[in-house]
Amino acid sequence: MHIPDGFLDLPTATGAAVLAAGGVAVALRETRRRLEPRQVPLMALTAAFVFVAQMLNFPVAAGTSGHLIGAALATALVGPAAAVLVLTTVVVVQCLVFADGGLLALGANLLNMALLAPVAAWAAGLPLRRTLPGLAGRLAGATFGGWVAVVLAAAACAGELALAGAAPWRTVAPAMIGVHLLIGAGEGVITALVLAAIARARPELVTAAGAGSARRFLRTGVLVALALALFAAPFASSLPDGLEAVAERLGFAALEQPAALPAPAPDYALPGLASPLAATAAAGVLGALGMLGVALLLGRALARPREAGSA
Amino acid sequence: MRPDFLDRHARLASPIHRLPTAVKAGAALLLLIALALVPPRQPWLFALVALLLVAVAGASRIPPRFLLGRLLLLEPLALGVAALAFLQPGGWRHFLLLVGRSTLALGVVLLLSQTTPFAALLRLLRRLRLPALLVTLLALMYRYLFVLADEAERLQRARASRTFSRRRGRDWRAIAAVAGRLFGRASERSERIYGAMCARGWRP
Repeated sequence: MHIPDGFLDLPTATGAAVLAAGGVAVALRETRRRLEPRQVPLMALTAAFVFVAQMLNFPVAAGTSGHLIGAALATALVGPAAAVLVLTTVVVVQCLVFADGGLLALGANLLNMALLAPVAAWAAGLPLRRTLPGLAGRLAGATFGGWVAVVLAAAACAGELALAGAAPWRTVAPAMIGVHLLIGAGEGVITALVLAAIARARPELVTAAGAGSARRFLRTGVLVALALALFAAPFASSLPDGLEAVAERLGFAALEQPAALPAPAPDYALPGLASPLAATAAAGVLGALGMLGVALLLGRALARPREAGSA
Repeated sequence: MRPDFLDRHARLASPIHRLPTAVKAGAALLLLIALALVPPRQPWLFALVALLLVAVAGASRIPPRFLLGRLLLLEPLALGVAALAFLQPGGWRHFLLLVGRSTLALGVVLLLSQTTPFAALLRLLRRLRLPALLVTLLALMYRYLFVLADEAERLQRARASRTFSRRRGRDWRAIAAVAGRLFGRASERSERIYGAMCARGWRP
């Protein structure tokens, strides 16, 4: 999901950088307000941990493998505001040392992966943490939060690419979001497994972390919402166009050769499902529901103490 | 893992390495901006930037094979994003433009990171008034990144030596257990680092 240099034009790159700088500044102030000195090396080591954990391969099928992305895990471990700083550190080092993700595109990458992702993971996990008590709730929240974070970051990434004119929104959004609906599911499951493993080995690291800084952090949430609105605004107007264009084309085809072609399947004529964007949105809603179920089951199952001999 | 395996050549002695960090970083940023502004109808400007990059690479005395290898390692990421261009009509020209532009930009960042130690970049960021907390986090994270990578390797080797076969269903939990253990060790190490920092009079 790292945008390399050469894909964003200057206005998009600068706009994203300004938003990212603002968000990181809010997170910095928020973290400093309640920072204990010993948390500074812990945050740095958490960043190094996220970086290294991304290199662990989880085999999927037929030789492919996935890996942790880490926004939801960092959020669960250190709380949302500190997670923004942790992930900022990760993304900056990836850019400056590994040349992974562009330097001019750094603002956009920070916005997607270091701001949107942890805030989304935190916000999406909140209702689950409230309803399920204890570790089960934290695990379920992290699972669902991991999925939401990946999908939202992918959508923002697609939005920036479209805004910069690298590819049209109508095609880049279904492609990016569609793939990341699946990647996000993997991220959710891996996040839960790793968090459960940490809770098993060092329970105090999971229960103590991430409490407190919730309400003030809403300010960053507002900023992120603003960012989203800014990036989404142009598409709000282009979306009906896309739908109309598809409907028009379908209507056209039907008018041209009314008799020569057999009647198309009735659902094919529905513009709602014919448009890849609408199909993506539908898949997103279904995916969210499915992922909520997975999160609840996984949270319950992993929070149960493991029977002897299974380790 | 050698701590300098990434920016192995950042401490060579060459006219490029001796340039002040601010000059190099500023030039890199200007080049990237210029690349973003080059209109697609004037590809000769790309050639100009490419020539400049080759000249700088030559003057930096970094083995060309190393630079090319690193470029090829990172190129697939750019190709993946550029492939999105095929989703629209006339995608080929757009694709070539995106690939050319991103490859040159990759060369710029690569040369910057290979001719400038990370610590020098951090000093520059500090001088540019980046908040101290962020600079501290970056410095500590970079310092312990390779230590933790070694730790992960040891944990994985230990696990492999304990298991006869990899049972498919268990795999993910086993890998997650390695990650979980790794975080435990990272947090213990952070306690020791904190103690060492306090012993040297550090204050946040």
